[in-house]
Amino acid sequence: MITFLSTIGHSVIATLTKTGRGALFLKQTLSYTFSVLCQPRLISKQLFSVGVLTILIITISGLFVGMVLGLQGYYILSDFGAEETLGVMIAASLVRELGPVVSALLFAGRAGSSLTAEIGLMKATEQLSGMEMMAVDPIQRIVCPRFLAGCLSMPLLAAIFSMVGILGGQLVGVSLLGVDEGAFWSQMQSSIDFYDDILNGVIKSVVFGFVVTWISLFEGYDAIPTSEGVSRATTRTVVYSSFAILGMDFILTALMFGDI
Amino acid sequence: MEENNTQNSSLVTIRNLSFAREQRVIFDNASLDIQHGKITAIMGPSGSGKTTLLKLIGGQLSPSQGSIVVDGQHINQLNRSELYALRKKMGMLFQSGALLTDINVFDNVAYPIREHTALPESIIRTLVLMKLQAVGLRGARLLYPNELSGGMARRVALARAIALDPMMVMYDEPFTGQDPISMGVLVKLIKTLNDSVGLTSIIVSHDVEETAAIADYIYIMSSGKIIGQGTPQELQQSKSEWVQQFMNGKPDGPVKFHYSSDNYFDDL
Repeated sequence: MITFLSTIGHSVIATLTKTGRGALFLKQTLSYTFSVLCQPRLISKQLFSVGVLTILIITISGLFVGMVLGLQGYYILSDFGAEETLGVMIAASLVRELGPVVSALLFAGRAGSSLTAEIGLMKATEQLSGMEMMAVDPIQRIVCPRFLAGCLSMPLLAAIFSMVGILGGQLVGVSLLGVDEGAFWSQMQSSIDFYDDILNGVIKSVVFGFVVTWISLFEGYDAIPTSEGVSRATTRTVVYSSFAILGMDFILTALMFGDI
Repeated sequence: MEENNTQNSSLVTIRNLSFAREQRVIFDNASLDIQHGKITAIMGPSGSGKTTLLKLIGGQLSPSQGSIVVDGQHINQLNRSELYALRKKMGMLFQSGALLTDINVFDNVAYPIREHTALPESIIRTLVLMKLQAVGLRGARLLYPNELSGGMARRVALARAIALDPMMVMYDEPFTGQDPISMGVLVKLIKTLNDSVGLTSIIVSHDVEETAAIADYIYIMSSGKIIGQGTPQELQQSKSEWVQQFMNGKPDGPVKFHYSSDNYFDDL
């Protein structure tokens, strides 16, 4: 019994210590934001590897998610003779929920895991120590540009996901299943609100981008500098990011759309 | 008075250093001096804390007790900007080379110069080519770290370590895993650089023969303590069993061949 309690105590202390380290890491990273923003060259390279290289997976996934929404939505709505509202249903689902959430999950799998592995391997091969000994702070040079690139990329990727998703829905709903094109677009235009739907979706994607990039970079920086340590850190990034995205999504949805 | 003189000619002065990692004691009240312009070797068996000592001197770790004074500054009392200013005067050659893998040899050597100076690119090019010429790798400037052999990577790392013309270079196991030719090249380079540029060199190594050939003074460490010190000749003639075991590579002696265990026959 004592051993059991001791084990729980140790794991709680370890979790709290790690959370504290993560908070200090974030504080240090944010403290360099201004100086890194003054050197756009540092961010542009990372925007390419974190953002641009993720566009393909986001576009393909967005297209298929939109097409499935078009199919499912049509079969449900046609039971009630409300096929014309298919555009609203697809757009609202994507802009409010699926766009930010699914693109953040894909972002964690594609860009987040790659950030963790890159930073973790730099630590394992003493590149970060080498920079410190050259009087160059790795948080400023390596971590902060990646963090800003992640925060900037995520809302843009979510927007691309939603846009391509809507086009996918239109392809299935209008071109294949025969929903009236005018009704599809005009109902969407009149029902989707800029502040309630689009802006809230953008806020969600900014929050997810911030959290996923923070988790990814911290896990890499805090990884045990061995091949197994980096491998575990990469797995943790995907798992923790997914939990964080889904948990934060519930909280944000409750705050934005619920009456809580 | 004699102690004062010693301290004045020392670039690094370590007094009563203690350092522990979790339960394991790495240093226990160790004191040593690194003299200006000399090659000082820190030697000892694997796991005796030699690399940790370099990290303590570089301010990457903080001692639990004792003081480390580098160039007249207490390293563990400096704030971040003071520490970084001091590190610009130190070079460190890591065991793995620690080259940045996404840029080529030229950019690796240019990295600290670009970070810390506002020199025009034409001057940076000249400086980098001079450093690469010194290590014999001017022709390899467009190669990437993954295209270099272990010995070449260490020479590039050495060129980078001296890029800002530091007062001191710390070498972490420079000879480990090198073939005889690369090892000979590195031994000669370290000696030449030290003598021609007036560097102070600290070599952490367990390669007795190569290190003793170029070192002016040697400290031998074991179990967190300095167990022997002197010039290579003095250590070769030392009567200490510890020193003799290490210098002559005897498999058994004060440092036991067998890890501490129960009686062999009881265990079978």
